[in-house]
Amino acid sequence: MSQRQIIQVFEQYQKSRMQFVQTISDLAARPQNIEILHNAGVMSLLRPLLLDVVPGVQHTAALALGRLADSSNSLAEAVVKENILPDVVQSVTSHNRFQKKAAAFVLRAVSKHSPELSQAVVDCGGVDALVQCLMEFDPGVKEAAAWSLGCTARHNATLSQTVVNAGAVPLLVLCLLEPEMALKRIAASTLSDICKHTPELAHAVVDAGAIPHLAQLILSRDTKLKRQVFSALSQIAKHSADLSEMVAEVGVFPAAMTCLKDPDEYVRKNVTTLMREMAKQTAELSQLVVNCGGLGAVIDYLNDCSGSLRLPGIMMLGYVASHSESLAMAVILSKGVSQLAVCLSEEPEDHIKAATVWSIGQIGQHTPDHAKAVATANLLPKILKLYTDASSSEDLQAKSKKALKSILQKCTHLPALEPLLYDAPSKILKHVMCQFSKVLPHDSKARRLFVTSGGLKKVQEIQAEPGSVLQEHINAINSCFPEEIVRYHSPGYSEVLLERLENYQPT
Amino acid sequence: MCMNYIYFFNQKNGTYPSPIKSSLSCVCCSSQAEENRKRENQAAILIQSWFRGCLERAYLSHLHKKAIIIQKIWRGFTARARVRQMVKAAYFIMKMNFYEEMAVRIQQRWRGFYARKHIHDFYARKSYMEGIIKKNNFVREELDEICYLQKKERESLKMIKEQTAKVYQAHRLHYLLSTKQCPGVFNSPFRQAPHEMELLLRQVKHSAPTRLVPKSRVSFLGIPDPAACSFSAPTESPWIKSTRTCSIRPALPPIASRNHQVMAVKARTKSLDVED
Repeated sequence: MSQRQIIQVFEQYQKSRMQFVQTISDLAARPQNIEILHNAGVMSLLRPLLLDVVPGVQHTAALALGRLADSSNSLAEAVVKENILPDVVQSVTSHNRFQKKAAAFVLRAVSKHSPELSQAVVDCGGVDALVQCLMEFDPGVKEAAAWSLGCTARHNATLSQTVVNAGAVPLLVLCLLEPEMALKRIAASTLSDICKHTPELAHAVVDAGAIPHLAQLILSRDTKLKRQVFSALSQIAKHSADLSEMVAEVGVFPAAMTCLKDPDEYVRKNVTTLMREMAKQTAELSQLVVNCGGLGAVIDYLNDCSGSLRLPGIMMLGYVASHSESLAMAVILSKGVSQLAVCLSEEPEDHIKAATVWSIGQIGQHTPDHAKAVATANLLPKILKLYTDASSSEDLQAKSKKALKSILQKCTHLPALEPLLYDAPSKILKHVMCQFSKVLPHDSKARRLFVTSGGLKKVQEIQAEPGSVLQEHINAINSCFPEEIVRYHSPGYSEVLLERLENYQPT
Repeated sequence: MCMNYIYFFNQKNGTYPSPIKSSLSCVCCSSQAEENRKRENQAAILIQSWFRGCLERAYLSHLHKKAIIIQKIWRGFTARARVRQMVKAAYFIMKMNFYEEMAVRIQQRWRGFYARKHIHDFYARKSYMEGIIKKNNFVREELDEICYLQKKERESLKMIKEQTAKVYQAHRLHYLLSTKQCPGVFNSPFRQAPHEMELLLRQVKHSAPTRLVPKSRVSFLGIPDPAACSFSAPTESPWIKSTRTCSIRPALPPIASRNHQVMAVKARTKSLDVED
């Protein structure tokens, strides 16, 4: 055979290889083909093609492999089991940027499913190779590398620590400064995934100078970028007070509030999460949030959205109110209590209701004025109902009880306490009685109201063990009134009177 | 004293034997006289010692009495001095208590005043709460404004995009323009007025049907940056004929084309037409 014919054989083989990998990668893009491909043994066929001479075949094979691993857990495990990972890592270190991108895509697809698979990627030296990729010029390669690092770091703290130890953080911060929007998004999301586990990791990110750059990105127009940036900032701020203070110093606050009116709901949710994490830490930070007018904005946010999006806003109000009574009064004056009442009545889910009840408890627990504000919004019967309702979860019941107890201990507004006399279980009742016994001895109008509204009658009907705290309070209340009235209202008085009538002999 | 007395007596005793002598000095009855002498001597000694004893005792009791007087006066003096001191001290303590009580009252009033005025300043708190409400409303208004502006911006961007898309479509569909003889698709005789697409088609500048030059693509992408929000009417698109005659670029004849001269003539006649 002549030389040309021999070379033609090789060319044909190359063409058929190329066609094979391209078809496989197109088929792998559709989820229904995955199972069939897996059963046909596509993994073992793709593996030698990864090391092919022709770069086009190599990178298309990697792309196909990535798509296969992306779509299902079992295929990703197959990738690991068949020892394809070292070859992939080898491709990552190659010079061709398409191959790097495709190989990084494969690593991402494998590591995103579970921590064990990520650990396998780490063990093959994947992390170091990806960090090398971050130093490239091409933004596509950097994006793919950053995304795979993000998927790895997402699972738990040890994997994040490995990523940080490989020196990824300064490179990611540099990626934030690049002009490409997609790269910025991925870098922000990876930083957010790294910081979320422990304070030390958050400190590592902050030490690389991430906060000022993230703060600048708040002003961008891109929605997804803003989501990731706020998520990253809130993950940093949540760990400790000085991290929150560092975030606050950069001047994030007034700018972040403009994003509360963003049309995208996740951006708003992440801003509110950031505000919640900052308000949680110290009283000064809550003060800062309130002084910037944050309360009004958050209450409007709660009004606009619904469902689990409300949760960070509700918790933020609770944390702000918990620090001091002036902040709680600020929450009340910003119409926070009425908004929380609306949330309580509208939301069906138990955990959101539990958070709302907790926040209400934090607001009402400080002084009688606060308790009065909560009571006049007619919230006490609602919370009582949640406490006694059998279908509420344990968490909701525990929180309702605690909130009721703390509010009742300060509540001196008797008209609001009276409805509670009727349905409350004994544990709540003793607090109600305690409050009555404190207020009634001093206020004659209240006593009159108490008698005319039927409260005294109800008190007589309560059965309590003698010597218990409840009985003491009942005695204290009874001693505020003249004997005849107490006897008149006690149950069975009409029978006593009738008996006396029968025994009476007119002279 | 007793010791002195004894000592004194013994001293006296020492000198006694010599002076006392008996009056009887007969030799025959010297033994009786001696006996008498001894007896009388003893009696004299006894009397004298008793008498001396009395003297001493009287002297001693005199001394006692004087000592008692001295001690009495001295004790009275020190006791009175002590009492005076105690009275002074008690008076001092009473005064100090009084001062301290008054100081406590002053401090109470002052601290109450200071706390009410500065630490738990009621009016400051009230104005703070009012300030917060005002700030909330202010922030709400600002945020509403910003939201409104952003919405308008987004809408204008959308409109620009749509308009450019329409113009591009008109550019591609230029052949649907109606002619004098035959009304186009968008200019149906049953309509009162031509469709907007028809108007666009009339406005669009028809480019020469050469091969698709990449530059036209670039000019499409070179439309002013969407981030620079210009609220003015849709921008100068390369396809819409501008009314300014002098800004029309002369169509350069293609280099490799065979109908080089024909194209040049056509271009020149076109520019002449527009100038008319």
